[in-house]
Amino acid sequence: MDLKTLTFIVVGATFALYIGIAFWARASSTGEFYVAGKGVHPVLNGMATAADWMSAASFISMAGLIAFLGYDASVYLMGWTGGYVLLALLLAPYLRKFGKFTVPEFIGDRFYSKGARLVAVVCLIVASITYVIGQMKGVGVAFGRFLEVPFEIGVLVGMAIVFIYAVMGGMKGITYTQIAQYCVLIFAYTVPAIFIALNLTGNPIPQLGLGSTMADGSGVHMLDKLDQIVTDLGFAAYTAQKGTTLNIFLLTLSLMIGTAGLPHVIVRFFTVPKVSDARISAGWALVFIAILYTTAPAVGAMARLNLMNTIQTGDVGSEDGNLVYADRPDWFKNWEKTGLLQFEDKNGDGRVQYYNDKDETFAAKAEGFGWKGNEMIKVDRDIMVLANPEIAKLPNWVIALVAAGGLAAALSTAAGLLLAISSAVSHDLLKGMIAPDISEKKELLASRIAMAGAILVAGYLGMNPPGFAAQVVALAFGLAASSIFPALMMGIFNKKMNREGAIVGMLVGLLSTLIYIFWFKGWFFVPGTEMAANSPDNWFMGISPESFGAVGAALNFAAAIIVSKVTAAPPEHIQHLVEDIRVPKGSAAAVDH
Amino acid sequence: MSEHKSRQDYWKRNLRLVAICLTIWFIVSYLFGIVLVDQLNAISIGGYNLGFWFAQQGSMYIFVVLIFFYAWRMNKLDREFDVHED
Repeated sequence: MDLKTLTFIVVGATFALYIGIAFWARASSTGEFYVAGKGVHPVLNGMATAADWMSAASFISMAGLIAFLGYDASVYLMGWTGGYVLLALLLAPYLRKFGKFTVPEFIGDRFYSKGARLVAVVCLIVASITYVIGQMKGVGVAFGRFLEVPFEIGVLVGMAIVFIYAVMGGMKGITYTQIAQYCVLIFAYTVPAIFIALNLTGNPIPQLGLGSTMADGSGVHMLDKLDQIVTDLGFAAYTAQKGTTLNIFLLTLSLMIGTAGLPHVIVRFFTVPKVSDARISAGWALVFIAILYTTAPAVGAMARLNLMNTIQTGDVGSEDGNLVYADRPDWFKNWEKTGLLQFEDKNGDGRVQYYNDKDETFAAKAEGFGWKGNEMIKVDRDIMVLANPEIAKLPNWVIALVAAGGLAAALSTAAGLLLAISSAVSHDLLKGMIAPDISEKKELLASRIAMAGAILVAGYLGMNPPGFAAQVVALAFGLAASSIFPALMMGIFNKKMNREGAIVGMLVGLLSTLIYIFWFKGWFFVPGTEMAANSPDNWFMGISPESFGAVGAALNFAAAIIVSKVTAAPPEHIQHLVEDIRVPKGSAAAVDH
Repeated sequence: MSEHKSRQDYWKRNLRLVAICLTIWFIVSYLFGIVLVDQLNAISIGGYNLGFWFAQQGSMYIFVVLIFFYAWRMNKLDREFDVHED
């Protein structure tokens, strides 16, 4: 059977599974629609959280980032996992005890203010929409690349699938499909990784293979070999730190507190039956995430080594040390067709030279070899995961599985984000502010309409991504880190924190982060409106716009504490509320409204 | 009043546990994985430079252990102060 037919069958089978689950897990109340009736087993919730969290970017792009950034990509590994420690210790159990439906609802009740709730809704919607654009794009790209379906059709099919299970099942349908999607994506990620690790190091466990010696009998450790190969060609050593310590530190911190503050992740912990389940469920979520996140460094390093070895076949500078272009392997040809891999024979010798021509010392040396610049003019990072099965010469069904895995990652994250958006609209805006005495039946209908609307907006933006789509991930994390996380934390840990402090704090955190990002990336990302070029020389103390969320959070904390000291303490019943959420007892009795 | 006091004690014990866990969280990621990475890279375990291992593997394993440890200790604490659910 040819690859395309096989891919259609595998992808079609997974889609049929998701739709089957949707019919089985229909939502019949707002409680089921928003929080799956609070009846999800903590281990299953951990699995659903992992699928919710790991997006198309985690599945497709992260290993590629690691392959080319080496050590410096550790910020993503630590940042996107360490946030779960903060969630489990500082937020999840208390918000579960609070026992309602959405994150803005907690902020509104705790700070007895519709204004605070509105600020939280705005942050949630901006952060979630920016995120969901990337997922919709990911669905279109995956369809296009593996099934040769036009991009727009791919997005439409993705929208239709999400529509069926998210509109019908709400959080309940989404939860059970996410569990299935986790199984698909983790299988698709680890199988090629195991084969590649086995191939290169003789150790089938990628996490151990990364620290093993090469299987060629040379006794050289894989990472040492990789360091040597890349430095021989003028690139920075793979395992060395290249960015400044302060910036790496702050970027990791921003990603961690941003992770802990992203509403679509927090709300997953509202679905478990008990407070103690919320704690343990965060642990399970991290177990399931870490399976992929500890495999990714091995995939990245091994893919980089394979790529370098394919091109630099002999000694650097020797006459026949480089790959003859006419003899290039099939996967090389396949990816050239997509334009993601591009070669230009600058010195006309019919061989491929791939080196760092920006490194002056090495570029001078290379000239002595008769090299006239780096000839791999484009090596797209995403190839590293997508081409892995071909490079490792794995059977076609594995390649089909990778397509299904990428789609599972994108769809599961999109559904979680869409639910966060639709519940903010129907529960926080409609029920909370515009029409408080709406009946449950009508609210459920409204939440379904809001979900359908959110899917249409996301699909439209996925097909017509604004030019700044790539920039906005920094914005999503910056907003969550600088506004939502501090407000939630102070709401739980600082009994005296009042309405005035929280609102001023959120606004200070939000605006300082927004302005810092816009300063270097243009106001609302409009090109040409930057106040200063986005380069390390201009950054305040060398802090990149992506790393500023942590600074914004610190400003938020400081402003909130100062303002709360000079204004009236929160009313008695709010202080009781805080005392009440600090103990697990009585969570089962917590009724919704 | 005694219930009030025991709840305060419960909260203090919880905060102490959180502080211990977050100290470890900070040491393995920020200290070992970022600030001291060059110094630790001088040591190697297996084929890993130690600083690199903490940054790309070790910190994540320890994060997982930390959450389960916290959940386990809190369940014990909940029972000790009789604030557990059902």
